[in-house]
Amino acid sequence: MTATLTPAPTAALPPPAAPKARGLGERLAPYAYIAPFFVIFGVFGLFPFAFTFYVALFDWNPIGDQVFIGVDNFTRMFGDPRFWNATGNTLSIWVLSTVPQLLLALVLAHVLNHARLRFALFFRMAVLVPYITSVAATAIVFVQLFDRDYGLLNWLLGLVGVEPVDFVQSTWGSHVLIATMVTWRWFGYTTLLYLASLQAVPRSVFEAAAIDGAGSWQRFRHITIPSLRPVIIFTVVTSTIGGLQIFTEPLLIASGAPLTCGAVRQCQTLTLFLYEQGFGQFEFGYGSAIGVALFVMVVAIAAINYLLSTRIKADR
Amino acid sequence: MTTTAPRHRPIDRVRWWTYLLLSVATAACLFPLYWMFIVATSDTATATEMPPEVVPGDNFFHLAGLVLDTVPFVQSLLNSLAVATTIGVGQAVLCSLAGFAFAKLRFRGRNVLFLVVVLTMTVPTQLSVIPQYLIMSELGWVDTLQALIVPGLASAFGIFWMRQHISATISDELMQAARIDGASTGQVFWRIAFPIVRPAAFVLGLFGFVTAWNDFLWPFIVLKSPERYTAQIAIKALQNSYDVDLGLAMSGSFLATIPLVVLFVIVGRRMVAGILDGAFKG
Repeated sequence: MTATLTPAPTAALPPPAAPKARGLGERLAPYAYIAPFFVIFGVFGLFPFAFTFYVALFDWNPIGDQVFIGVDNFTRMFGDPRFWNATGNTLSIWVLSTVPQLLLALVLAHVLNHARLRFALFFRMAVLVPYITSVAATAIVFVQLFDRDYGLLNWLLGLVGVEPVDFVQSTWGSHVLIATMVTWRWFGYTTLLYLASLQAVPRSVFEAAAIDGAGSWQRFRHITIPSLRPVIIFTVVTSTIGGLQIFTEPLLIASGAPLTCGAVRQCQTLTLFLYEQGFGQFEFGYGSAIGVALFVMVVAIAAINYLLSTRIKADR
Repeated sequence: MTTTAPRHRPIDRVRWWTYLLLSVATAACLFPLYWMFIVATSDTATATEMPPEVVPGDNFFHLAGLVLDTVPFVQSLLNSLAVATTIGVGQAVLCSLAGFAFAKLRFRGRNVLFLVVVLTMTVPTQLSVIPQYLIMSELGWVDTLQALIVPGLASAFGIFWMRQHISATISDELMQAARIDGASTGQVFWRIAFPIVRPAAFVLGLFGFVTAWNDFLWPFIVLKSPERYTAQIAIKALQNSYDVDLGLAMSGSFLATIPLVVLFVIVGRRMVAGILDGAFKG
């Protein structure tokens, strides 16, 4: 976006007056401008976040009693196979959706950065279309496309002699289906983030490399990837935070048993498990304990990611 | 994009496979929307036919009528519009104000407070839906649209973004000139700063609008009665009526996506430019 640098026309200003001393209102103005954020975030963001740790220590029924039970919710959680199942599903879906998404975005950003690419704006807009499509609508259409009996994908697989795959009812199938939806919705957005960063690299660097005989792959390997390092770290961390909180896709794909994402919980993620316990079973304390566990996991994986990503440059 | 290299240099040519790759990516991005349209216009028999039908049918109005009979869908679209518009406009204004304060005003604690704003971006608030729900019931906001709107008005990222823009586009000389003319802080913001950064604030508001329109988890938790549903929750309700017609949820999804597609056709290039502008790099 190009924000104009032209000052507003002076006609918009009030007639010149003597500069007045800064009154109390003037001195408080900056605080008034930033106050809405701090109030809203404090009440609806930070306080509930801290309160989660408190509620997790209770047997908390929203329409009954709240009994302090210490770490019992956590002990129960560690012995709950449903928790470990949801943890495994979450990690599996997160890897399946993050890795292809970021690789695809790297390649597309590299080719979209070409100086003489035609229809560049069209391609850039096209890859952002999934981003404006809601997760709910995405889930509805992908479940139909991946349907065992009537899905387009299984029909195509059938043409080459593959037996129909039940994407919703099987464990790996449902994970692939959810990961496909997540990848579809986010790869274009990530591509544009990478492209933004690539455009900051002087065009002459790529041209000099090309003149020196570097092919497209070598330019990708030795210019594109190193110069994208900060934004790669950023997207790895944000897609981890998002990927571990996947909720809507698993809720919508198994319409027969939505809260568990299928009869055998084959695709129930941790956030869905949290919802099932909190709002399906009204176990607010246990649900909050799951929230705390998820938070610890997000922080740990984001930290590991960060450490690994900062070493991308090491083998250059 | 201008380049100094002569046009005929073969080294830097765009290869055919670049276009092939981009065309495949484009098709992959657009096809699911097209498919939504196909199923939303076909009757059940056609939609389940093998090989699948790839041209639109004439069943659109029948399905859309069924959608309206099953849930108050028009009301849910209006609810989504009200929520998303308020959040978009609110974020654009509030983030511009705060960004202006952090970029151009001097006050005690400014740097510390700005650091706090940036740090709040790392708190994964989605995990605290249970206490958030408890707060909403304390406030009596369960099953109301303000339960969606008010929390959505705070955007640490938006403040960060607007601060960048205001720092880059509004000079201190301009600020001083306005001060000498006797303008108050509020007048400087509304008459000078905001008009200059309005394009950036508009893009921020667009992203706020799209995110709010598509939000699912929180509305799903806090909205109870069908007449309060946003379009996304209405889609979920349509899915529950799966036995009525296969195309019902698909038709609802299509109807809820169309407004955003229209919006994207009109202002999508500004969203793209907003991302490419670089402030989103984090």
